[in-house]
Amino acid sequence: MSATFSAVAIVLTLLLALPAPAPAQSRSETLLVLVESGPNSMDIHGVGANFRTYGASWNLYDRLLTHGTKTLADGTRSYDHAVLKPELAESWQVAADGMSVTFKLRRDARFHDGTAVTARDVKWSFDRAVSVGGFPTFQMKAGALEKPEQFAAVDDHTFRVNFLRKDKWTLPDLAVPVPVIINSTLARKNATEKDPWAMEWLKNNEAGGGAYRLESWKPGQETVYTRFDEWKSGPLAKIRRVIVREVPSAGNRRALIERGDADVSVDFPPKDVAEMARSGKLTVASTPVENALIYLGMNAKNPPFANVKVRQAVAHAVPRDKIFEAAMFGRGALLTVPIATNTPGYDPSLNPYRTDPARARALLAEAGYPNGFETTLSFDLGNATIYEPAAVLAQEALAAIGIKATLNKIPPATWRGALAKKDLPLFINQFGGWLNYPEYFFLWTYHGQNSLFNTSSYQNGEMDKLIEAAHQESDPQKYAETVRAFTRIAMADVPKVPLMQPSLDVAMQKGVTGYQYWFHRQLDFRTLTKQ
Amino acid sequence: MRASLLRMVLRRLAAALPGIAGVVVVTFLLNRALPGDPAAFFAGPAATQQAVEEIRVKLGLDKSLPEQFIVYVRDLARGDLGRSLTTGQPVRADLLARLPASLELTACGLLFAVSVALPLGILSATRPGSWIDHLSRMLTTAGVSLPIFFTGLLLVYVFYYQLGWAPPPLGRLDAFSSPPRTVTGSFLVDSALAGDGTIFVAAARQLALPTLTLGVFALAPIARMTRAAMLGVLSSDFVRTARASGLSPATVLYTYALRNALLPVVTLLGMVFSFLLGANVVVEKVFAWPGVGSYALEALIASDYAPVQGFVLVMASLYVLLNLAIDVLYGIIDVRVRIEA
Repeated sequence: MSATFSAVAIVLTLLLALPAPAPAQSRSETLLVLVESGPNSMDIHGVGANFRTYGASWNLYDRLLTHGTKTLADGTRSYDHAVLKPELAESWQVAADGMSVTFKLRRDARFHDGTAVTARDVKWSFDRAVSVGGFPTFQMKAGALEKPEQFAAVDDHTFRVNFLRKDKWTLPDLAVPVPVIINSTLARKNATEKDPWAMEWLKNNEAGGGAYRLESWKPGQETVYTRFDEWKSGPLAKIRRVIVREVPSAGNRRALIERGDADVSVDFPPKDVAEMARSGKLTVASTPVENALIYLGMNAKNPPFANVKVRQAVAHAVPRDKIFEAAMFGRGALLTVPIATNTPGYDPSLNPYRTDPARARALLAEAGYPNGFETTLSFDLGNATIYEPAAVLAQEALAAIGIKATLNKIPPATWRGALAKKDLPLFINQFGGWLNYPEYFFLWTYHGQNSLFNTSSYQNGEMDKLIEAAHQESDPQKYAETVRAFTRIAMADVPKVPLMQPSLDVAMQKGVTGYQYWFHRQLDFRTLTKQ
Repeated sequence: MRASLLRMVLRRLAAALPGIAGVVVVTFLLNRALPGDPAAFFAGPAATQQAVEEIRVKLGLDKSLPEQFIVYVRDLARGDLGRSLTTGQPVRADLLARLPASLELTACGLLFAVSVALPLGILSATRPGSWIDHLSRMLTTAGVSLPIFFTGLLLVYVFYYQLGWAPPPLGRLDAFSSPPRTVTGSFLVDSALAGDGTIFVAAARQLALPTLTLGVFALAPIARMTRAAMLGVLSSDFVRTARASGLSPATVLYTYALRNALLPVVTLLGMVFSFLLGANVVVEKVFAWPGVGSYALEALIASDYAPVQGFVLVMASLYVLLNLAIDVLYGIIDVRVRIEA
C-alpha cells in the first residue's frame, strides 16, 4: 500500500523534471503581458468599470481624436498633450463663432463586424456617455459635454458638437478613453427595453472598431486580443496577438519577466523597478505621471490643522528628500510644489519651505501649541509600498517638533469612504488628472466647490477665482501669471504638503520596442513591436 | 442495508440545512459589518460624491439591511448568487468556472500529502526513535511552521527562477496552450480523456509546485495522526495476539493494524481537505491559480459582498458533503458505524 502511495509521490515530483511541451503557437507574433489584476468590464461606460477597463477600451475602440507623440528627455516615447490628431475623424473645424465643432469621419472606417462607421454611431455613443451617469458622464462634463442635444449627426460622415459654452477642455476631452465610438447597430440589437444602452451586453462583449478585437476574456484570468487587419484610423499594428495574463504576486511577475517567459510586465513596487533597471537585462520605462501628486494632506476645517501656522510648521518639518529616497528609489520625481514636473506651470522656486525644525517649532508656538499635540496620520494600505515609508519618516520628523502622530493604516476598500467623510486630520494621498492642465488639478483638489478630492475641505475665495480665471484665460502670459498666483496661495495656505510625483513603470524584454507613455497609464498595443 | 445507507444520507442532509441557513445569515451580516464601502470603491478614483451615490442606488445598497437581506434570499432561492463587481460576472458563473481549478489542486495536494505522510507515519510508528522517526518529525514540523505563502514563493524561487525546472507560475496552463474540452473540469482528467498527452504533461507540470506547497502544509497532521493511531493499535491486545499466532509481520501491520488505525486518519483527512480548501486562498494567489480562493480574496479586498457570500456558501455546502462522504467511507472501513449513524 505504502509502495503505491510512494509511487504517486515520485511521479508527482518527477513531473517537475519533464521537458516542457513545445509552444503551441508562434510566440514571435504574440505579446505576453502580465498585470496584477485585469479589467472587470469591456465597457468603459459601465458601473464600476475599473482601471484596466480603460486599457481594454483604449485598444478595442476608436475615439474621434488622439494625441501626437514626442520623445522625453530619457528617450521614452510619450503622447504629446499639446498636439491633438485625428483618429476616427479625418479632420475637424471649429465654427467661426467658436460655439461648435464639426468632424469629418473617415469614409472607409469599419467596425469589427464589417459595418461602416457613421456619424449616427458617434451620436449614439456620445449620447450614451452623457446619459448613463457615474464616471463617464462626469468625465464628459469636464469638457462641457453634458446633454444629448449637443450632438448632431449632420450626414453619414459629418458629426457636430454644439458647445454649451466655450471651454478649452472640450477637444482634449474627446481624446480621453471615455468618448469611445460604439457600433450602435450591433449594440442596439443587444439592447432591451429596460436596458436601452445595452449595458449588460457590452459589459462582456465589444462592439468597437479599434486596432484590436477581443478574442477571449476570462475575467480574473486573462484577456486575449487579436489585431483588426481592416483598421483604418492609424498605421496597422505590428503585433498580431496580445495575451494579458493576471498574476497577482509582484514577485512572480518579476521572476517571469526576468526569466524571459513574459514580454511586458507592469504593476511593480518602486524597489523592484529600480533593481530591474539596474540589472540592465530588461528595458524599464519609468515616467513620472503627468499632473499627479502624492501629498501629505491636512484637514483645514478642524483644529489643530485649521490653523495655517500649524500647517506651515508641518511643511517646514517634513523631510521631503529623505521620503523621496526611501519611498521611490529614484522613480517618479521629488515635488515641492503642487504642480507636477511635466505639467505646464511647474516652478519649484515658488516653494518657501526648507526642512527647518527650529522654524517649525517656532510656528507651532505662535499657533498656541508650544508643546505640540497628538493626532493620527492615515494612509491607504493598498499603496503601502510607497506610503508606509513616507508615513514613518513624516511621523518621525513630526515627533521631533512635538506632534505625536499615530499611524492609521486603512484597508483599500475602506479608504475611499474614510476620505469622503473629510474628517481625517492628517493623511497621505494622491490625485492625478487626465487633462494635463494645472488648473484642472486645482479645480478638483483646491477649489471651494469642495469635490471629493479637496480632501482638506480647503476654502479660499481668492483661490477659486484664480482657478476659474486660468481656465478661461487664452493669453499665455496672463495664464502663466494666474497659475503662479494660485500656486503661491497653495504654498502659503499649504493644506497639502507636496511630496512627490508617482511613476508609471513598465518592464519589457529588450526585443520589445515602441512603448509609449499615456496619461491614462494603460498600455497601447498599437505602437508596440517585438523581435 | 442500502436503504439504511440512503436514509442516513438523507437524514444527514436534512440536518445540515439549518447549518447552511445559519451560514447564509452570518455571512450576510458579517459582510455588512465590514467597514468598507463598495459604492465608493467602485465609483473609481475620479468619482464625485454624487457618482458614488448613484452607484450605491444601482447596487441596492441604499436600502435597509432587512430589505437587502430579503432581496438576497429571494435571489438565492432562484440560484442567483448576485454579481461580482471585481470581475463583472454573475457569481455563480465565476464560482462554477473556478471551482474545478481549486478542487483539482486541493485533491492533488491531499493525494501527495497522503502518499508521503502515510508511509512516513507507519514507518515512524514501527520504528519509534529511529532516524526515520526523527526525519518525519522534522519534516512535519517544518511543514506546519513555514507559512504557506513562504513555501510557495521559496519553491518558485528555487525551482522556477534559479533552476528553471518548473514551468512559469502562470496558473493552470502556460499562455500558449489551450485547455482541453471540459468534461470534469479537471485539466488532468479532461486531457487524459481527450487523449492529449501534451496538454496532460503541461497541466501536470503547472500543478507540481502548487501541489507540493499545499501538500507540505498538510503532511504534518496526517503523518502525526497516522503515527499516533498506529502506535496505539500496535500496542493493543489483538495485535499482540496476531503476532503471537505467528502471522507474518506484513499481515499484522497492513491487514490488522493499519485498517484499524485508518479510522481516525480518514476523519482527519476530511478535515484536512476542508482546511486545504482554505489554505488554497494563499497558494492560488502565489501561483496565479484561477480558483475560488483567490477569487474570494480579491473580492474581500474590494468589499465585494456577493462573491464572498457565494464563496462561503459553496464552502459550507462542500464541507457538509465532504463530512457525509467521510461518514459513508467509515461504513466501508468499519461495518459497525453504519448502523449507529
